[in-house]
Amino acid sequence: MDRKRSSLNLFEDIDLNYKATELRLGLPGTDDQPEIKTSLSGNKRSSSEMESSTCTDENESRSASPTKEQVVGWPPVRSYRRNIVQGKKESSEMGSGMYVKVSMDGAPYLRKVDLKMYRSYEELMEGLQKMFKCIIGLYSEREGYNGSQHAPTYEDKDGDWMLVGDVPWEMFITSCKRLRIMKASEARGLDDSL
Amino acid sequence: MSEDDGGCGGAGKSRNSGEYFTPYPDQVLENVLENVLVFLKSRRDRNAVSLVCKSWYRAEAYTRSDLFIGNCYAVAPRRVTDRFKRVRSVSVKGKPRFADFSLLPPDWGAHFRPWVSAMATAYRALEKIYLKRMSITDDDLAVIAHSFPNFKELVLVCCEDFGTSGLAVVVSECRSLRVLELIEDDVSDDEVDWISCFPPEGTTNLESLSFDCVESPINFEALERLVARSPLLKKLRLNRHVSIGQLQRLIFRSPQLTHLGTGSFAPLEIAGQQQVDNREPDYGSAFAACRSIVCLSGFREISPEHLPAIFPVSANLTSLNLSYANIDADQLRPVIRHCHKLQVFWALDSICDEGLQMVADSCKDLRELRIFPIDGSENIEGPVSEVGLLAISIGCRKLQSVLYFCQQMTNAAVIAMSKNCPDLVVFRLCIIDRYRPDHVTGEPMDEGFGAIVKNCKKLTRLAVSGLLTDRAFSYIGQYGKLVRTLSVAFNGESDIGLKYILEGCTNLQKLEIRDSPFGDSALWSGLHHFYNMRFVWMSSCRVTRQGCTNVARQLPRLVVEVFRGDGVEGGERGDFMDTLYMYRSLDGPRTDAPQFVKIL
Repeated sequence: MDRKRSSLNLFEDIDLNYKATELRLGLPGTDDQPEIKTSLSGNKRSSSEMESSTCTDENESRSASPTKEQVVGWPPVRSYRRNIVQGKKESSEMGSGMYVKVSMDGAPYLRKVDLKMYRSYEELMEGLQKMFKCIIGLYSEREGYNGSQHAPTYEDKDGDWMLVGDVPWEMFITSCKRLRIMKASEARGLDDSL
Repeated sequence: MSEDDGGCGGAGKSRNSGEYFTPYPDQVLENVLENVLVFLKSRRDRNAVSLVCKSWYRAEAYTRSDLFIGNCYAVAPRRVTDRFKRVRSVSVKGKPRFADFSLLPPDWGAHFRPWVSAMATAYRALEKIYLKRMSITDDDLAVIAHSFPNFKELVLVCCEDFGTSGLAVVVSECRSLRVLELIEDDVSDDEVDWISCFPPEGTTNLESLSFDCVESPINFEALERLVARSPLLKKLRLNRHVSIGQLQRLIFRSPQLTHLGTGSFAPLEIAGQQQVDNREPDYGSAFAACRSIVCLSGFREISPEHLPAIFPVSANLTSLNLSYANIDADQLRPVIRHCHKLQVFWALDSICDEGLQMVADSCKDLRELRIFPIDGSENIEGPVSEVGLLAISIGCRKLQSVLYFCQQMTNAAVIAMSKNCPDLVVFRLCIIDRYRPDHVTGEPMDEGFGAIVKNCKKLTRLAVSGLLTDRAFSYIGQYGKLVRTLSVAFNGESDIGLKYILEGCTNLQKLEIRDSPFGDSALWSGLHHFYNMRFVWMSSCRVTRQGCTNVARQLPRLVVEVFRGDGVEGGERGDFMDTLYMYRSLDGPRTDAPQFVKIL
């Protein structure tokens, strides 16, 4: 009984500051707690014997709790299990987004783009240029990507490597499996074979 | 007795000086005892025997063949090898369970190295090693392979820091290998074809091979050949790089299997390989040939339309693990309907309350249920709820072990389970939406958990969740007399809660608490009990450095570690210790603690 009172005193010292009394979902000592926490702690307090008038108000106002911030290790599902199942989820989501891997000759890492984010070849080129900080230039049926350092190519459903731009956009996004930005010199060979 | 050779008579003599002595009467008794003790397997009984007197202590030490080390830091390897001389099997457990949820920084410890080094010389006749949550390297695996000529069984659960190259050494050098089980380990892909490293000729002694956690592709042809010449193989658990077509071929080779992990359970192209064959094999026929299968798992990338292939064996199943299969109730129905003998069922909450009702209707013999969440976000409409739990409790009266993830729950359903399933030994309820009260009454979940500890008189393991006040903990302290493992997360109201636990739960061995408002005075109230426990974990609670230091000073044999879960040096976050991990040890603080761990 005494101990409980002494912990009450501690809280009273801090002026009924709920941030101090609440159970922290984040890290004790940090101040960046989202607003919702007070209503949650309001719930807890109402079931204890601690007095607080503001408590009951917040208790009532707890209708739909907004999203809580991400907490490490919660729910307690092993990361191994989490990855497996979410990996599945991702692959099914990839049907609805259209993520394809993009590599550029000479660049150290792969990127991914969601083809659904673009509505035309121009937009895609712009995106790729920003991503890889390169200049791709414009496509012309006669000359391909002549005149620029890089040429974008893609692997289609049949496993063939094609120059980006020769089929209508809608057809392209359904058949493109991955992108590769080649050096223009290498792409020329591709062009000839079309 | 003096006529006995080999056995204990000879041993009694050789222990003294290697020369022949007429045995004293005491020694005769000791020899008799040793003969008897050989039959005693339970370690609790053996511990009791060893406390009777010095003579019994020696006899017990001489005859203990199965060693169990519940906390690798509780005792030094040297002390163990000095006491026990004829050990055939060793089990060692390392990291605390919360390491599974990224709450323990990497490189914290639990190295197998000192153990394997000590045993390599002391236990040449070692046959079995079982490790859980230990760090074991390829070098350690090589030591195992080279040091124990009679080595038969290796089981690694939730271990890490080794790879396929270590596996290759083990399978090529351990000629008597019967059991190799890799369960939820983190195995690095060294691009070594370890399956091909089994001795190439002749039949193997393999009885159990599990590698479902190994993420690297395997040489299927080598696996098929291996299975074909392993007539004793009963348990086979494949990884997700084995397609359903390949599975079928393996089953045909090995119709005597009893435990099968099916790999991807999907056709080749999804298993990440080129599609060679467009024909759809009749997968059901493979299972039809396999009359002895009682335990099925895997289904890593299941195409739900292939699930009916398991119909021929479903009536015989005692264990079914669908916890990687994102299937709904309709897809579950045709299978579960036949599983009348099922005792163990693991699944995802994608089966919904409806699927749980089906389980309740068909699986009257169910002992263990685990329902995992597909989506770990909070505050969503969850697919399973109190409805499913209630249905299970009504249909499956023999339930002993429950792990149930959900978004919402009611006291009524938990109380009903406590009454319908009095045999519960393990009850772990995880309401993912933290601090959630009973969603119908708005009350805390105190009464539900209270009923569990009150009515389930055999309960030894409990995990609580939802909104709980001190009252819940008073119930646990009052009624949870057999509880050995307690998990608390985002619960509680004040120090009193933890005091109830530490003062009431007289059999408490393992206590893991996170993000709960328990502080120094609560910790202090457990002083009388900490030496009897395997460990106490408290992270993001309200214990201060001073409070932890006080405990450490009072209990010299308690190793009190403090650290931050993010591995940053120091230990504190704000006013409180980020993580406190403490455990008794016979050999003082460990010498392998990393920089970020402070031992008080």
